[in-house]
Amino acid sequence: MTQAGTSVITDEMRAAVGVEGPPTVLEVEKTNCRMFARAVGHADPIFYDEEAAKARGYRSIVAPPGFMGTPIYNPNRPAGVPGEMGGRGFSIPYKRVLNGGTDYEYFPENGAICAGDTITARTKITGFEETTGSLGPMLITRRETTYTNQDGKVVAKMYGTVIQY
Amino acid sequence: MGQVYIEDVQVGQEIPSLKKNCSTQQLVIWAAGSGDFYQIHYDKDFAQATGLKGLIVHGALKNAFLGQLLHDWISPAGELRRFGCSYRGMDEPNQDILCRGVVTRVFQEGGKHLVELDVWTENPQGKRTSPGTAVVALPSRNGG
Repeated sequence: MTQAGTSVITDEMRAAVGVEGPPTVLEVEKTNCRMFARAVGHADPIFYDEEAAKARGYRSIVAPPGFMGTPIYNPNRPAGVPGEMGGRGFSIPYKRVLNGGTDYEYFPENGAICAGDTITARTKITGFEETTGSLGPMLITRRETTYTNQDGKVVAKMYGTVIQY
Repeated sequence: MGQVYIEDVQVGQEIPSLKKNCSTQQLVIWAAGSGDFYQIHYDKDFAQATGLKGLIVHGALKNAFLGQLLHDWISPAGELRRFGCSYRGMDEPNQDILCRGVVTRVFQEGGKHLVELDVWTENPQGKRTSPGTAVVALPSRNGG
């Protein structure tokens, strides 16, 4: 355990827990769905072929599991890093970063995520934890991202853990 | 493989596994597909300069493999409601990554037939490098 007085968690960090960051807009496009599916090695045609997806009752090509859309890149408007590894803007003494893990939750009753959707992602830190493991003292940051589609429906959530040491 | 129904499932049952083996090319395709351009996944010099032995497979890609494992098992009529994993061990390109899942709970909630699973990837030594859990909804042979 970290000794009292050596905590890297500051008042500023404590105050940030539970506060939602600015929204990030993600576009779900056919080409990106296909690219993601190809990278994984999916074979199901609903991830590649719009007609196949429609024949299975979807509006368009389906976003493969774990794909929430692509942040809009614009060099003139630097945005925060959405998703798993973002929100590390605090000044702490650790240099190394690991993605500790990610869980995705879907709400199919609110609709599947399909090509053509515009998703708004909002992330908040849900907690900090300090521990000592095989890598030495580390800071664990837990984050939660909510994904809302263009109809205002929450279609997914992501729970992420980032480890700094 | 046909549709799996809730009546086909029992606790302790293993679902059909999925074997992966990432080329470095696949890691580059994943970098583009996911937007994760951290160089430890495609630049060997960079990876070694950070103290790694060589390139490593993206954790989120292994997670997406588990997504495929589940999707392929429950399709077309099942719903993937939750899945994920911890990144406990590194996997290297050009080595088998075996994706597996075992049913831990079968229950009903909100009118749905739900199945909870332990899912994981394992390396050629049998070490679980990405252990996680999942929840899926399956159709019933009796409708619903």
